[in-house]
Amino acid sequence: MTAETHMPTRPAIRFGRLAVDPWAIGALAVAVFVAAPLFAVLWQALSTSEDIWGHLVATVLPTYVRETLLLMTGVGIGTLIIGTGTAWLVTMCRFPGQRMLTWALLLPFAVPAYLLAFVATDQLEYAGTIQTWLRAIFGWQRPSDYWFPEIRSLGGAIWVMTLALYPYVYLLARSAFLEQSVCVLEVSRTLGKTPWGSFWGVALPLARPALVIGISLALMETLNDFGTVDFFAVRTFTVGIYDVWLNMSSIAGAAQLSLVLMVFVLLLIIAERLARRGRRYHHTTTRHQNLPSYRLRGGRAALALAACALPIFLGFVVPAGVLIGYAVEFHAETLSPRYFEFAGNSLGLSAFAALGAVIVGVVLAYAVRLSAHPAVTGMARFASIGYAVPASVLAVGVILPLAGVDEAMEGTTTALFGIPAPILFSGTVAAVVYGYLVRFLALSHGAVEAGLAKVTPSMDGAARTLGASPGGALGRVHFPLIRGSLLTAALLVFVDCMKELPMTLVLRPFDFDTLATFVYQYASDELFEEASLAALTIVAAGILPVILLSMTIVNSRRGGT
Amino acid sequence: MRTPKYLGYGRKVGLTLALISGFIAMLPHFAVPAKAADDINLYSYRQPFLIQPLLDAFTKETGIKVRVVFAKKGMLERIRAAGRNNAADAVLTVDIGRLNELQEAGVLMPVTSDVLNDNVPAHLRHPDGLWFGLTTRARVALVSRDRVGADELRSYEDLAAPRFKGRICVRSGKHAYNVALIAAMLHHNGEDATRAWLKGVKANLARKPQGNDRAQAKAIYQGQCDIALVNNYYMAKMQTNEKKPEQKKWAASVRLVYLNQGTNDRGNHMNISGAAVIKDAPHAVAAIKLLEFLSGDSAQKIYAEVNHEYPVKAGVAHSGLVKSWGSFKADTANIEGVAKLRQRASRLVDEVGFDDGPTS
Repeated sequence: MTAETHMPTRPAIRFGRLAVDPWAIGALAVAVFVAAPLFAVLWQALSTSEDIWGHLVATVLPTYVRETLLLMTGVGIGTLIIGTGTAWLVTMCRFPGQRMLTWALLLPFAVPAYLLAFVATDQLEYAGTIQTWLRAIFGWQRPSDYWFPEIRSLGGAIWVMTLALYPYVYLLARSAFLEQSVCVLEVSRTLGKTPWGSFWGVALPLARPALVIGISLALMETLNDFGTVDFFAVRTFTVGIYDVWLNMSSIAGAAQLSLVLMVFVLLLIIAERLARRGRRYHHTTTRHQNLPSYRLRGGRAALALAACALPIFLGFVVPAGVLIGYAVEFHAETLSPRYFEFAGNSLGLSAFAALGAVIVGVVLAYAVRLSAHPAVTGMARFASIGYAVPASVLAVGVILPLAGVDEAMEGTTTALFGIPAPILFSGTVAAVVYGYLVRFLALSHGAVEAGLAKVTPSMDGAARTLGASPGGALGRVHFPLIRGSLLTAALLVFVDCMKELPMTLVLRPFDFDTLATFVYQYASDELFEEASLAALTIVAAGILPVILLSMTIVNSRRGGT
Repeated sequence: MRTPKYLGYGRKVGLTLALISGFIAMLPHFAVPAKAADDINLYSYRQPFLIQPLLDAFTKETGIKVRVVFAKKGMLERIRAAGRNNAADAVLTVDIGRLNELQEAGVLMPVTSDVLNDNVPAHLRHPDGLWFGLTTRARVALVSRDRVGADELRSYEDLAAPRFKGRICVRSGKHAYNVALIAAMLHHNGEDATRAWLKGVKANLARKPQGNDRAQAKAIYQGQCDIALVNNYYMAKMQTNEKKPEQKKWAASVRLVYLNQGTNDRGNHMNISGAAVIKDAPHAVAAIKLLEFLSGDSAQKIYAEVNHEYPVKAGVAHSGLVKSWGSFKADTANIEGVAKLRQRASRLVDEVGFDDGPTS
């Protein structure tokens, strides 16, 4: 490992005495394009004289803040324990089933939290399978006869979101463990540390930056979530934002609250960046040997197997099983001819958005690598905040600039040719893809950045010394090296787009549904059964990328294929 | 840890195929027919599967197709942002609150139509034709057959009485149906009395407000509480639910009680579902036709028979089940006046911490 050296100086196109770096300009343009909806939210927040804060502070704001912080703490601790624990077990230990678990642990990623919430309620509420069963066994008659935890509660939400989101931490923890130098671990063992000692003393501190990134992604999603907390009657900040918007008819107030939410998120991002700062280590060799492995037997093996299987069972097997049961039972209603149309829509939108997000992610990350100009790095960071703005509010932010562009185009063509231009953006598929891009750029940008960070700067130097342009170096040196990261980025965005609901609802064209919006129209009436097949498809579509992701990580270990 | 080479291969092929098929599936949607065709674009706050039979009947009769976007948030913002380029022609809502919101935002078109004026009674439409009620629904009490006496509950005001402590279930106080009810209480009783009442109801709750209307009936069946507030058509939908027969049991365990029925009392609180035409509608004529159709005999009959709501058009029969609950007196308070109080009502829900449930 070597510490990072400074970037080679970049060539610039010269106009007279003005040096213009095309990458910096390009990146700035892209960042502004992606950040436009965020500015629109900002603009809305400032464009009002009405004051909702007095009322909120005096009544519900303390509840919102308290429940949000509790939820984040719970989910943070939960995902950290499950994600790191399982990642360590399957990466460093050998026990029966361990190989399958490496990818199976990602499966809950495929289940949207709101689906998990529904299934959990279906099973655990008073009328659910478990309690009905308990009553039958013990002869209890009414709720006052016994105590059972209330699933529609803060605790329930923490459980559900932990199960749905721990794969973020698992994913990053596992690749961190895989990347760690064998030498370091061997040294620690040679110096007399126990396997556990190596874990606590060496592997965990080294993996810390990755863990922080994983947790901050999970927490951003937690902050943004509406479906689960609404269903569980947990009153988080996001619930409050929607309440101000819909019940007090104040989109401006909702935008103001969203800004406060963004502060929460900025703190998370700063934490993430600080964590990444300590991560500037680059492998000097692509030669790897197999990781040391602790072979577990007997009771320990069983324990490890159980510990890893439990989150998969609760977060994937049970919900998928319940959905399959409904899909079979209600197949007459669920298998409508339009089902295939919706599946195609979901697939197409997600593919477009994934492609776009990776391209934008590469442009931003590479420009930041080339140029340390604060304007470039600052804009690149700002552009990835979209992940944390409540999605429906962000959707309104998307509507505004698009409507402006449409109007400007119409005006221009009318003035020039006397014919109004067709509406190209508002209420079209392009608006939805744009929305996804704005929302999920953080995922692709982060993954690409992490990938680029692994390429030692001496490579840049060598390529450029040999006469390659920045673009040429990107195409011929970086691209082959970070292919795995690019695929990871695309897949993360793809899966999240398949699940995406709130933005799609607001932005989609007339008579256009995706699997998620189709599920929603029934789910919003608590009639999940009719939509079980579509829900199952969302889950299934998430599985394939999940498996591919797992392979990518393992391949990356071998120094590129 | 080895990955067989063919797997890497399959990965690329699979991904490429998925991408290509996805792109092909999307292509038709990049052509934007928004203003070109004569079809109507409809924003709906109602789930499409509930209104599809009505829209199909309309298309059959007129040949005009209806394209729908179903969403509960962001419609107003989309209409407003689009301005003159707005593609939406009409909007369907499930309560008066949203209609009032659209009206206050100034995005609705005044409609003058003899058909609509004949079909929709004056107190259920906007005086300038900005919106029209299409059905009415009563927010009633469902009470346990076993645990609530015949005359134990008579009015909304009763719900705050100490004898009901720990016996009431209701969905979130922030739901549009409850906000409208609280707004009506504000209208009739004033702010202080309504605040005290809401505190009383909160203290009587059996659990933190949660779930939808049907979930409250289920809670009575399960013995978690004795009284629930629901919209009356849910009772019929549970009674006739062949797909989920367990809902029939929920319905069988409760009685439906209309409230405030005394001789001098104001009657049961009512809400409306309604429709409006958007100000910059590209197909305003067709959109008005749709509204006229929805207020006409055949559509009103579908509303009554399929959704068990009250048709607004005089002479259209109520569904058999709805009739079986007997006739009742409806609150005839000015519906628009009540709707204007909904923000006040929403704030009141915050002030008393209604959604915190009974414990705090």
